[in-house]
Amino acid sequence: MMNVERCLLCRSFAIPAEQRTSGVMKGPVAVVLMLLLNRQLVTARVLKQTEPRNYDYTMYHPLPEIMAWMRKIETENPEIVSTITYGTSYENRDITLLKIGLNSAENKKAIWMDCGIHAREWISPAFCQYFVKEILHTYKTDAKVEEMLKNLDFYVTPVLNVDGYTYTWKDNTTRQWRKNRSPGTGSCIGTDLNRNYDFLWGTIGVSTDSCSIIYPGPKANSENETRAVVDFVGARSKDILCFLTIHSFSQMILFPYGHPNIKDPNYDELTELVNTAAKAIKAVHGMNYTVGSVTETIYPTGGLSMDWARFIGIPYSFAFELRDKGEHGFKLPEDQIQPTCEEAYEGALSIITYIHDKTFHSSAVSVRATLWTALLASWLTSTALL
Amino acid sequence: MGRPGWTLWVVVVLIGDSLAGPYRPDAEPGPLETNNIEELEVPPELDGAMSDAELVPHHYPAQRAAKVAVHYLNTRHASPYSCIELNRVHKASLEDLGQAGKKYRLQISLKECVSNTDLGQCLAEVLFPGEQEQRAPQVQCSCEGLKKLNNRAEEDALFQRLNTSNSPLSGSNIPDSYGNIAPEMKPMWHLGAAAASFVMLKESNESTLYNMAQVANFTQLETENDQLRFKYHILLHDMISQEILHWKLLVAWSPAGGVSVPQADWEPKCHHCELPLAKSTPEATKPSSAS
Repeated sequence: MMNVERCLLCRSFAIPAEQRTSGVMKGPVAVVLMLLLNRQLVTARVLKQTEPRNYDYTMYHPLPEIMAWMRKIETENPEIVSTITYGTSYENRDITLLKIGLNSAENKKAIWMDCGIHAREWISPAFCQYFVKEILHTYKTDAKVEEMLKNLDFYVTPVLNVDGYTYTWKDNTTRQWRKNRSPGTGSCIGTDLNRNYDFLWGTIGVSTDSCSIIYPGPKANSENETRAVVDFVGARSKDILCFLTIHSFSQMILFPYGHPNIKDPNYDELTELVNTAAKAIKAVHGMNYTVGSVTETIYPTGGLSMDWARFIGIPYSFAFELRDKGEHGFKLPEDQIQPTCEEAYEGALSIITYIHDKTFHSSAVSVRATLWTALLASWLTSTALL
Repeated sequence: MGRPGWTLWVVVVLIGDSLAGPYRPDAEPGPLETNNIEELEVPPELDGAMSDAELVPHHYPAQRAAKVAVHYLNTRHASPYSCIELNRVHKASLEDLGQAGKKYRLQISLKECVSNTDLGQCLAEVLFPGEQEQRAPQVQCSCEGLKKLNNRAEEDALFQRLNTSNSPLSGSNIPDSYGNIAPEMKPMWHLGAAAASFVMLKESNESTLYNMAQVANFTQLETENDQLRFKYHILLHDMISQEILHWKLLVAWSPAGGVSVPQADWEPKCHHCELPLAKSTPEATKPSSAS
């Protein structure tokens, strides 16, 4: 689908200046006119896309559109959504999340979800946006979702690596960027944010070369984006039940740890949980997701955000690797956004529901409820007969 | 017992339950203490201690070896209209041959990626040579369903069209940033992937997992020896190092002769192209597996 607005946009961003003028219109005047026209179209597109009712969840959106969407979501759902800016990127952009919940209070239990820690994994921010849309759509009609929003707050960060994500939109030579954009202390730009966390940082699955795409930074927690998460999640670690971090590609659901010598104490429970989630995913569109610990399923690594989260005591920590398995890789076609989000939503929801029910629906609680009901019924029938 | 007795029992239970306090999730796993990390015996497939070990099919050692077998099969069978992808690894084992290397034996099932149809099962042997030898992996496959691959009609049509056309075909940025591929470019994308398989096979080891990320650009050259020839600039992605690797290929193809890659050159990454001031010259070393 060739959207005219998008085509003009991509022409101005994708083709270097010297080639642009060799097209149909020549001369600097033509270039200026085209840029002005594009800026108007960009503005028009931003304004159009900020309306959540018209927001297209089956397209990839650049950062300004996502930020505007977040503000609109908050304005349109004031009783349930608030935005929190919890950090600033190296290039001075806000790092913002949506807090979603009913009757939010101090020490309310919560679920953390972050998307876009790796810049080129565009399907990841698309999923966070879809996830938010979906729970806001369904809580009014789905009693289970409503109950979960009453008992849990959801902290959803649609784009964590805001600088890197912006860079991947620059032109087609920057599309495969992964890291953030801080210069660090080496000769190349960028730290792999998912190697920068303070859990077995720098030990395995990294490269000391700053030009490497898995460069973990000059030291643990060196990056603004890392510290933002560590400060926010760390302050609430007693209340956060589940840490979900969304990636692509490979079609996997992973649990800690990334280091081969360390096994999560609830390995068996987590194995069962991810297997259930994979079945939920497969039921939607038949896609197979591989499951297991990071170190067994994908590669041994240190400094992962999900490992750090588990280590500080968050009991359930998972990474999703969304579609596909390498055919398109990071450049997942837009016509796969909807089905990918649908299946991943079911997978995430199955995990969240399990954790919610385990925390709030103990067997004692349900027995108590059953007994009270029986008691009431008994009194009612006995008084009726008398 | 009578109704009042039953009611009394229920009330007692409820009161007792309330006194017992609210539910807490049992055995909440706490943080690991750094001086108390549980040392798990490394499984044999990661340890290399056993000479012939059964591998877990969905874990990475078997998966990486299976990918190599698939690259091999694509060098022999892929075309502008067909490609082979891994469906599942059913069984896998690893034999440590010491200096001779590591031999993986795999039972895998395959799919045809363009039509998304089943291609049946294969028995594959993948030998990664020992450290002393800088050779490509050696692969042997015995497959049941590959005869199904037959797109000769479409291939002939494409060959005719490109062979007789007045202007050489070219393209770039396939797929584009949004994952789109123009329909007329799809065969050229598949041809690029077929050619990329030669490189991916040759470059693979136990610490790599390659996919083709993109056809940066391609140009048709003069037909030679009844084979269409192209210059391809492809991008490979290695899952383990996460690096994007640039390769420039000379690709030859005909429906009868299949795909071949007479020349393949690795393009070192241009680090100084990003920074306004070059601090150091880029290293021009061959890519090696990630540490």
